[in-house]
Amino acid sequence: MTKHEALDLAKAKITGGVAADQRHDSAHKHVTGEAAYIDDMPEPAGTLHACLGLSQAAHGAILSMNLEAVRAAPGVVDVLTAEDLPGANDISPSGLHDEPVLAADKVQFFGQPIFAVIAQTREAARRACRLAKVEYAEEPALIDIGDAPAGAKLVTKPLKLQRGSAEEAIANAPRRIKGRMRVGGQDHFYLEGQIAFAMPGEDGDVTVHSSTQHPSEVQHMVAHVLGVASHAVTVEVRRMGGGFGGKETQGNQFAAIAAVAAKRLNRPVKIRPDRDDDMTATGKRHDFLIDYEVGFDDDGNILGTDFTYAARCGFSSDLSGPVTDRALFHCDNAYYYPAVRAVSAPLYTNTVSNTAFRGFGGPQGMVGAERIIDEVAFAVGKDPLEIRKKNIYGTTARNVTPYHQTVEDNVIARIVEELEQSADYGKRRRQIEAFNANSPIVKRGLALTPVKFGISFTATHFNQAGALVHVYTDGSVHLNHGGTEMGQGLYVKVAQVVAEEFQIDIDQVKITATTTGKVPNTSATAASSGSDLNGMAAQNAAQQIKGRLVDFAAGHYEVPKDQVVFLPGRVRVGNQEIPFADLIKQAYMARVQLSAAGFYKTPKIHWDREKGRGHPFYYFAYGAACAEVSVDTLTGEYMVERVDILHETGRSLNRVIDLGQIEGGFIQGMGWLTTEELIWDDKGRLRTHAPSTYKIPLASDRPKVFNVTLADWSENAEPTVHRSKAVGEPPFMLGMSVLHALSDAVASVAGHRICPRLDAPATPERVLMAVERLRAAR
Amino acid sequence: MKTRDEIRFLLNGEAVALRDVKPDETLLDHLRLQRRLTGTKEGCAEGDCGACTVLVGRLQAGGLVYESVNACIRFVGSLDGCHVVTVEHLKRPDGGLHPVQQAMVDYHGSQCGFCTPGFVMSLYALWMREPQPSDRAIEKALQGNLCRCTGYEPIVRAAHAISSYGDASADPLKAERDAVTKSLVAMKDGARVEIGSGGERLVVPASLDDLAAVLEAEPKATIVAGATDVGLWVTKLMRDIAPVVFIGGLDELHGIEEDGNVIRIGAGVSYTEAFALLARRIPPLADLIDRIGGEQVRNMGTIGGNIANGSPIGDTPPPLIALGATLTLRKGGARRTIPLEDFFIDYGKQDRAPGEFVEAVNVPVPGAETRFEVWKISKRRDEDITAVLGAFNIAIADGKVASARIAYGGMAATPKRAKAVEAALVGKPWTAESIEGALSAFEEDYKPITDMRASADYRMLAARNLLRRFFLDGVAGHVPLQVSRYEAA
Repeated sequence: MTKHEALDLAKAKITGGVAADQRHDSAHKHVTGEAAYIDDMPEPAGTLHACLGLSQAAHGAILSMNLEAVRAAPGVVDVLTAEDLPGANDISPSGLHDEPVLAADKVQFFGQPIFAVIAQTREAARRACRLAKVEYAEEPALIDIGDAPAGAKLVTKPLKLQRGSAEEAIANAPRRIKGRMRVGGQDHFYLEGQIAFAMPGEDGDVTVHSSTQHPSEVQHMVAHVLGVASHAVTVEVRRMGGGFGGKETQGNQFAAIAAVAAKRLNRPVKIRPDRDDDMTATGKRHDFLIDYEVGFDDDGNILGTDFTYAARCGFSSDLSGPVTDRALFHCDNAYYYPAVRAVSAPLYTNTVSNTAFRGFGGPQGMVGAERIIDEVAFAVGKDPLEIRKKNIYGTTARNVTPYHQTVEDNVIARIVEELEQSADYGKRRRQIEAFNANSPIVKRGLALTPVKFGISFTATHFNQAGALVHVYTDGSVHLNHGGTEMGQGLYVKVAQVVAEEFQIDIDQVKITATTTGKVPNTSATAASSGSDLNGMAAQNAAQQIKGRLVDFAAGHYEVPKDQVVFLPGRVRVGNQEIPFADLIKQAYMARVQLSAAGFYKTPKIHWDREKGRGHPFYYFAYGAACAEVSVDTLTGEYMVERVDILHETGRSLNRVIDLGQIEGGFIQGMGWLTTEELIWDDKGRLRTHAPSTYKIPLASDRPKVFNVTLADWSENAEPTVHRSKAVGEPPFMLGMSVLHALSDAVASVAGHRICPRLDAPATPERVLMAVERLRAAR
Repeated sequence: MKTRDEIRFLLNGEAVALRDVKPDETLLDHLRLQRRLTGTKEGCAEGDCGACTVLVGRLQAGGLVYESVNACIRFVGSLDGCHVVTVEHLKRPDGGLHPVQQAMVDYHGSQCGFCTPGFVMSLYALWMREPQPSDRAIEKALQGNLCRCTGYEPIVRAAHAISSYGDASADPLKAERDAVTKSLVAMKDGARVEIGSGGERLVVPASLDDLAAVLEAEPKATIVAGATDVGLWVTKLMRDIAPVVFIGGLDELHGIEEDGNVIRIGAGVSYTEAFALLARRIPPLADLIDRIGGEQVRNMGTIGGNIANGSPIGDTPPPLIALGATLTLRKGGARRTIPLEDFFIDYGKQDRAPGEFVEAVNVPVPGAETRFEVWKISKRRDEDITAVLGAFNIAIADGKVASARIAYGGMAATPKRAKAVEAALVGKPWTAESIEGALSAFEEDYKPITDMRASADYRMLAARNLLRRFFLDGVAGHVPLQVSRYEAA
C-alpha cells in the first residue's frame, strides 16, 4: 500500500494479522529464484575463496604438514594453519576450550580441518587442498560407542535424573525386562550447505554474512578468533536454506576462517564447502545406545524404569551436554514412571563433534520410552496402544516428571483419544489382523504414538530475546529481531504479531535481515523458541511505541487514554478516526519517539542441574501420530500406507505455517528412523557423505494417505504470544509412529509375543533381520 | 570435415556462442559464475538433490522436447544445439508468476526455498507433458528433487493445482516452439566442434562415423554421453577428463528399434527415451528404469553408459545379462558383437579396446515360454543405488525348469550370472523344494561385501529371497508378495 492510496476507514480486519493463513513472506521469491542466499550475493571485485584441508586420520599427532605444493598451486593466494590465527584457536561453544578452528598438533577425527587454502576461485582452492602432504602418528581411535570401554572418556559432565527408587521398584515388580537399543544419528541435510562470506572493514572491523541460526555466537567466535572486541564484528543473515540445528554452532568454523582470511588479506573471502566436506566436517544428530530396564505388572502398568543414554558426542563437547540432558528430560515421553532413574553418558569419540538437531536429544530420549512400551506390551500380550494409554501422564495425579516438574497443561490423553477415533484405530487393528492371517509374505503393522515435548532452552539464561521496531513517518514499519529465518516462517509470524499490534496490514511491516548490529546478545533460533521469544519481544517493542502514541493522542486530542483504540488501518481517538499514518505523522511532529527496542524473558522457569530438579520447561507441546505400514518379510522393504496426525500448537499464529512444520517435521523424523543411515568405516571415515549414499525421504516415501489435523481446541495454558505454542521440533517425533508400526508388522510373524527390538534406523536390512530373528525364536 | 570452435546454444531468450569452454565446465557453474543466473542452486553437485534442475530442450526425432536435467553434472560442451531454460525464464513480462510458481506459492510448497527453483523446474517439465498429472506421475517427476523442509505434501498439492492457474498449451515455451526449433535446426550445421587442446580439449563429433574417427585418433579420450557418472568424476573427484568427446547429441546413437524379437538400443538412448518401448515389450525392465536415479538423471543417463562404465552396481546389466543381451562395439569401421556378460571382465575392467566404443546393446525380448522379472532392493525405494538386484529369466516346461538365466547386481565386483544357482535349478521340478535346494548354490556364485548400502549377510539373504519371491510369484495367486506404492496399472 502506498501513502497515496485512500484508506478504507470501514475496514473490518487487517490482512496478515495474527491467526491469518499468511503465506511465507519470501514464497514469491523462493519460486522465482530471486530469494538471495549468501552464495547468490554479488561478489565484490577481488573476492577470494577458501577451502578447508581435512584430516585423513581419525586420531593422532600431526608429525609433519608439507603444504608447499598447496601454496604453489595455481590461483592460491594464502594458506592458513593454526598459527596464523591472530586470536584464540578456539570455537568451543560450551566454553570448555575443546574445539580448535584448525587442529594444531593432533587430529581427533577423520575430516577435522587442519588448514585452509585461500585462492582466486573456489575450484582452485578445492584442487589445491588435495595437494597437502600430512603425516600422522596414528593412535587408536574410538569410533563407535558400542566399543567404548567402561569408564570411557566423556566430553562433558553427565546428568542423572532420579525420582523414587527405580532399583527397588524394578526389583519388586512382578515382571522385569532389560535390554539395549541402538538409535542412529542423522545428518541435517539442509539443502543450502554451510557458507560464510566476510567483508573486511576499517580498523579491526569485519562484516560476516553467515548461514547461521546463531548470529550472536558467530559474532563472539569471530571476535575471539580475530582477537578483537565483539563490537568490531557484525554478523548478518537474511535467510538460510535450511538449518534444523545444523547451523546452531556449526557455522562458527566457516565464519571464523572467512573472517581471518578477509582481515589478513584485506579482501572479501567466501567459504562454501562442497556437500561431502560439509557432511564430513560438521556435526550431526547424536546416535545413542540406550540401556534400559523396566519393572511392570501383568496388566502392563509400568512400576519403575532405569535408563542409561550413551551418546556418540565426537571429539568435543559442542552442545552434547544439553543434548544428552534433553534425552533424559524426554526419557518419559508422555508416560508417568512411578520410580525412575536416568543417567547420561556423553562419550568422547574420534568422530565429528555431534551437535543440535531438531528435537535436540529429545527424540532419542523418547524412542527409549517407546521401546519400553513395546517391551511391556509384547510381554503381557496386549496392544501397545493399550499400554501407552495405561501409562500416560495424569492431569491431577501421576503427573510429576523425572525432573520433578509437575505437568500442568496435560492434554495428551485427549489427543490420543481423539486420534484413536479419527484414525479408526480399533477397526483397522482388526482389519490388519485379518490381512496378516492371510498374507504370508507381506505383513501390515499399525502404531499410535504420542509426543510430549518440553518447551524452553534448558539453559535458563537463553530464554530471552530482543527486537527493534521503527515506525517511519509514512506509517510503514521496520521490524528486526534476534530470531533467524531458516524456512520455518518465523519472520512472517513475528511480522503478523507486529501488524496485529499496530492494526496495520502486514505489507506495511518490512521484514529485515537478522544482524547483530541491530539486536545484540541474542540466543540461537533453536529449541522451537523462535516465535515464542521473538514474537513477544517484537510485541513488546510495538507496545512501547503504541503506549507513546496513546499518550500523545490522549494529550493532543484531550481524551482519556482508554478512548484511543487501534482499529484496522486507523486509530479511533474519542469520536474521530485517524488513519494510522496520519497519527504517526502528528506524533512525529510532536517529537514522539517512534522506535523501540523490545525485550522478553520467559517467566517461571528454573533448573538445578546438580540436583536434577526444577521447572526447566515453561510448557509442553503435545501431539500424536498413527501410522500403518506394510512390510515385505522376504526383503525387509516397506511402505508407509497411511499416517494420521493430531497435533496442537495452541492458538496458532499461522495455521498454514504450523501445518507445514508438522508435515515436514514428521517426514524428517520418519527419515531419521527409517532410511537415513550414517556409516563410518573402521578408519573413522564417514562413508555416507552425500545424497548418493545418505538417503533422506523423497516425495514417494511420504505416506500414501496423510491426514494432518491441528487440535483447534488447544490454547496455551501459559500467557505466550497470543497463547500460541512452539511448533518447530515437537512434530519431528511423530515420526516414531512409523518405527513402531514397522515393529508391529515384524512382531506379527511371531504372534505379537516377542518384542522385535527393532533398532533405528529401521532400514530394510534391519527390518528383515528382525523378521528372521523373530521367525527363529517363535 | 567441417569444423568449428564454438558451442552454440540458446539460453533462455538469448543465443549463445562460446569459444572459451573447458571440457569439464558444468552448466551450473556457467549459469551461476559466468551469467549470474543464481536462481539455479547447488545442493550436492552430484545429480541427486535437484536444486540445480533446469530444462534442456533438444531436437529429438524432429520434434523439440524439453527435459529436466541436473545442471551440476551437465557439461556445457554437451549443450551444442540445445535450448537451456532456467527458472529466471519463467517470469512473465508483467512481472507476474508462472502458473507453476503461483501454485507453489499458494499451496505453501516452499519453506526455506533453496530447493524450490529445482522443484519448480521439474514440475514445469511435467506440466508441459501432463497438465493433469496423477500422484504417481508427480512422484516420478520429483524422484530427483530433495526437499528437507516441507515433507513434500504441499508440493504435490501444488503440482495437482498448476493447471488451474494457466493453460499448459498456451505456455510461452510451447508458443515459441517453432521459433526455437528453427534456431536449433540452424545451429545443426553438420560441423564437428573442436575446442582447446591437451588438457583443455573437447570434441563434439559431427556424426557416428566422425565419432569413430575421433576415437581412433584419440583413443584415450573420455567418452561422455549423459555425464551422470563422468559428471561426478569432475565435481567430486576433480579428475582431469580431457580430452572429452561428447556423444549425447549424435542422432544416430539415439535410435531404439525393434527387429523382430530383438530390441536394439543405441548407446546414446537415455533411460527416458527407452522407457515407452520397454514398457510395452519388457515391462519389468521399464519398472526398473523408473527406479534408476531421478527423472533428471534418467533424462541424461544412457543404458549404453550404464554398461560401458563397468560399474558393479549398474542397474541395467544384470537384467540385460539375464535376457541374453549382446553388445555391439565399434572401432573405426570395424564392429564386433559379444555377449554382454563377457564385457565385464573384472572390477573396473571391461572388454573394450582403446579407441573402441559401445554402439548399441541388443536385447532379446523374452518369449512366452519364459518368465522374466527383475527386482531392485535399496535403502530408499527411489533414487537410490542398489544394495541387491536380482534378474530372472526362467523357462518352465512340463513342470520342470527348462532353462534359467539369473544375474545379480551388488553381489560381486561385476554384474554377474548365478551359474551355480542356474545349474542347481535346470532340469529340476519347479517346486519349493527345488528352490530351497538351490539356495546353497548362491555361496558358490557370490561372496558379497559389507558396505554402506548393506551387509554381506543381508545381501546374501535378500538375494536368495528374491529367488523365493520369483517362485512364489508364479504360484501365489492373489496374496501380495511385495509392498507396492501404486495400484497395479
